Amino acid sequence: MADANPGERPLSPHLSIYRPQLTSITSILTRITGLSLLLGAVLTVWWLLAAAISPDYYAVANGAITSMPGDLIMTLSLWALWYHYLAGLRHLYFDAGKGLDVATAEKLGWAVIIGSVVLTILTLFIV
Amino acid sequence: MRYLTDRKRAEGRGAAHTGTSHHWYMQVSGFGLALIVPTFLFIFGRALGSSHAEVLETFSRPVPAIIAGLVLLVGMQHFRKGAQTAIEDYTKKSTRKALIMFVTAFSYGLTATGLYALAKIAL
Repeated sequence: MADANPGERPLSPHLSIYRPQLTSITSILTRITGLSLLLGAVLTVWWLLAAAISPDYYAVANGAITSMPGDLIMTLSLWALWYHYLAGLRHLYFDAGKGLDVATAEKLGWAVIIGSVVLTILTLFIV
Repeated sequence: MRYLTDRKRAEGRGAAHTGTSHHWYMQVSGFGLALIVPTFLFIFGRALGSSHAEVLETFSRPVPAIIAGLVLLVGMQHFRKGAQTAIEDYTKKSTRKALIMFVTAFSYGLTATGLYALAKIAL
């Protein structure tokens, strides 16, 4: 604001005075999963670049990504992607001004959590 | 005391001083990603762990190459702007600026790397 004090105003969100609820936790998880997906993106681009460069380099990248730790990271990234996907759709629904009463918002929260696990397992089976 | 109305003070402001355009971009790119990400997961998931020849064969076909390129391009822009919002929420001043610059540079760098790989395989 033009003549307001820009100095010591608190930054959002005010976590220290906020009681955790399903709706707030599912919202925070949206951000955490979104940011974490960078790791999956970097590994995927590395794998693609390796494939473009040479068969030997591809063997290295593919071996790393399909190793035990690699598998774990990619599986968690898959869950993060589905979680972020469903939570993002929920945000679009909220932004349309719908589903904002507490009962519906909590139902949607559970739908995002359960849905993301189900879709992750389905993807692992199908792909 | 400057004689400004509350409305005049608020206009064009908001956390990033760009009104709602940032949020609108996230909604549009999020919708676009929702359309193509499931197909990408299917293509990438099938290719992951397969032989080198199979990967080259997959991404030299038009649909997998185009979908992968789009997911990378739009996905990294969506990431860049989402990460920027998170940075703006938790940091101030020089730290904020430095982090936004870093995330922006990194996002474009990763996009360019991935597009180079896709182009090399597809063409």
